[in-house]
Amino acid sequence: MADQKKLAIIATKGTLDFAYPPLILATTAAALDYEVTIFWTFYGLQVLKKERNLKISPLGNPGMPMPVPMPVLVQAMPGMESMATVMMKQKMASKGVASIEELYDMAVESDVQMIACQMTVDLFDFKHSDLLDGIEYAGAARFFEVAQEADISLFI
Amino acid sequence: MADTTLDAKGLNCPLPILRAKKALKTMEAGQTLAIEATDPGSAKDFESFCNQTGNELVSSSEENNIYHFEIRKT
Repeated sequence: MADQKKLAIIATKGTLDFAYPPLILATTAAALDYEVTIFWTFYGLQVLKKERNLKISPLGNPGMPMPVPMPVLVQAMPGMESMATVMMKQKMASKGVASIEELYDMAVESDVQMIACQMTVDLFDFKHSDLLDGIEYAGAARFFEVAQEADISLFI
Repeated sequence: MADTTLDAKGLNCPLPILRAKKALKTMEAGQTLAIEATDPGSAKDFESFCNQTGNELVSSSEENNIYHFEIRKT
C-alpha cells in the first residue's frame, strides 16, 4: 500500500510494566494497518532477550499501588522485586491483560519490524545469539531513515 | 446473523482489537463479524478501529456489562 501509514517507536525501558506501552501501541497500530518499526535501545533490549526476565520494582515508584502501605526501606529488602513481579503478573492475568510474550509474538506476526541498537548491545556485552531471531541491528542513522518516513514517532 | 463471531470477553486492551483484526483478515468483504467483549474501553476502541480501517460498525450496544459489536468488512 503506497499510502500506508507508518509508526516509529523508540523503546528504552526494560521493566515489566514499561515493556507494555511500545508493544501495545505497535500491535494496535499494526491492526490499524500501520507499518510499524520499534527501535530498541538501552534497557529496552531486555524485551528482546531470548531468556526474558522482566521485573517490576516498587522501589522509587510511588505511583505503584500496593496492597498494604509499605515503607520504602521495606521495599528495598531482598525478594521484594520478585514478589512485586509475581503479584503484578497474577494481577495482569486475572484482568485479561496479555503477557509480554503474547504481545511480542503478535507484533512479530503482524510484521512489526524490530531494530536493536547495536551500540547498546555492545555496551551491555550482549551477543546477537542472546536476542531473539528476526531482529535487525543498526544505529541512530537507521532510526532516522525510518522516522523521516513515519507519520508518528514516539519515544518511550 | 453474523458470518463470524468472536468471544473477547475477559480480554483487556488491546486484545479485543487484535483478535478482531485477525478474524477480519480471514473474512470476505461484505461479511459481518459479531464481537462480545467486557472491556469498557472497547466501545470507543471499536468505533475508532472502524473509523481508521474503513470497516463499517453496523451496531454497538451494551447489556449487563457485555458489549456487543457488529462489524462489516469492507
